[in-house]
Amino acid sequence: MPRIHIENCGESFVCAATQNVLRGMECLGRKGIPVGCRGGGCGVCKVRVLRGQYRTERMSRACVSAEEQQQGYALACRLYADEGDLHLQVVGKMQRALQPSAGARAGTLEN
Amino acid sequence: MAITGVLRPGHVALRVLDLDAAVKHYTEVLGLFETARDAKGRVFLKAWDEADHHSVVLREAEEAGMDYMGWRVDSDATLRKLAVDLKKSGLATDMSWVAAEEHPATGERFRFTLPTGHVMELYAHKDILGCLNGYENPDPWPDGLHGMAPSRFDHCLLYGDDLDGTVKLFREVLGFCLAEQVVAGPEKLIIAAFLSCSNKAHDVAFIRQPMKNKFHHASFQLDNWNEVLRAADIISKKRVSLDLGPTRHGLTRGQTIYFFDPSGNRNEVFAGGYIYYPDKPTITWTDDQLGPAIFYHDRKLNEAFLSVVT
Repeated sequence: MPRIHIENCGESFVCAATQNVLRGMECLGRKGIPVGCRGGGCGVCKVRVLRGQYRTERMSRACVSAEEQQQGYALACRLYADEGDLHLQVVGKMQRALQPSAGARAGTLEN
Repeated sequence: MAITGVLRPGHVALRVLDLDAAVKHYTEVLGLFETARDAKGRVFLKAWDEADHHSVVLREAEEAGMDYMGWRVDSDATLRKLAVDLKKSGLATDMSWVAAEEHPATGERFRFTLPTGHVMELYAHKDILGCLNGYENPDPWPDGLHGMAPSRFDHCLLYGDDLDGTVKLFREVLGFCLAEQVVAGPEKLIIAAFLSCSNKAHDVAFIRQPMKNKFHHASFQLDNWNEVLRAADIISKKRVSLDLGPTRHGLTRGQTIYFFDPSGNRNEVFAGGYIYYPDKPTITWTDDQLGPAIFYHDRKLNEAFLSVVT
């Protein structure tokens, strides 16, 4: 079964070729790729495939441009290992709204 | 008529990456009913208890997110007046009239863009198809419901930059009230606004964040907590992407669950809340209590809930 390697953190996990990479990670309780909508729409699970054969399903163009797609960028929730292992770099991140103010951070809000 | 001017959110138009998958989700999982398709390939749907022709519009596109949200106003005279008021306000941009029948069964719409970048429409007419259980000696609910089967489209939560401008437009031009707000820091900057044009705790809500025109969720009303729990069962049974819940919000007191459509647009189904009147004092939440304001039970912020938008 293909193994997915997340280069940023050294995490790796096995993932069936029929299962998207994000779901594969979540199923095994692994971490490393931020989990968002799981539908190719929000972009927080954006990765760049550094090595390996893969295929993707439709992804929102707001998250991955045609040019980026050519360069190996993909959303992990739409990404499948086609044959053999994949080596990924995580580029997506959570960018939170409602940032607490400095005062609140010093107070009771822990996150 | 005691509620005048803008009556309610009448429709939300969403972009989806795969139309067939989206229609399957909105009819079989959520439980709306398809009422029309048009020559542009758009699909129109309504909830079982809604009278009007449609409340949700789906369009296949390369990007997920919201195209626009439509508001039913009480009369053609109000529509004309609010169009003039919006033009005079200096707050709305990109204003135009959309011809009658551009949406099937719908009158002329006045379209404009909010300071937060979201496109809104006002309209005074939509054909009445009627609810599924009728208006004469009706049963409380009709046969043939499936999925979560909400009674209506209820509200949207939207993210954008110029929250002050958008709140000013809704309050001062469209006559909405501020039911609840979240304020940050000693300067009490408003970072979230829950706006009502009716007896609901919110008809639309906005959260301040740097990007324009972001969509957080479209929400649909259920009857009670048990239906929210049943929605959770359906989410697991149908392998739907769960965001979080079932739980309760501090804000608006709603009992809620969040999930995603197959293109990553967030949906909510909820029950409860309270009756709002325009003379009810605004409820204020401070940002040091954001956890319970948003998720009352575990009192913790959820990163994905605050970060994931389309």
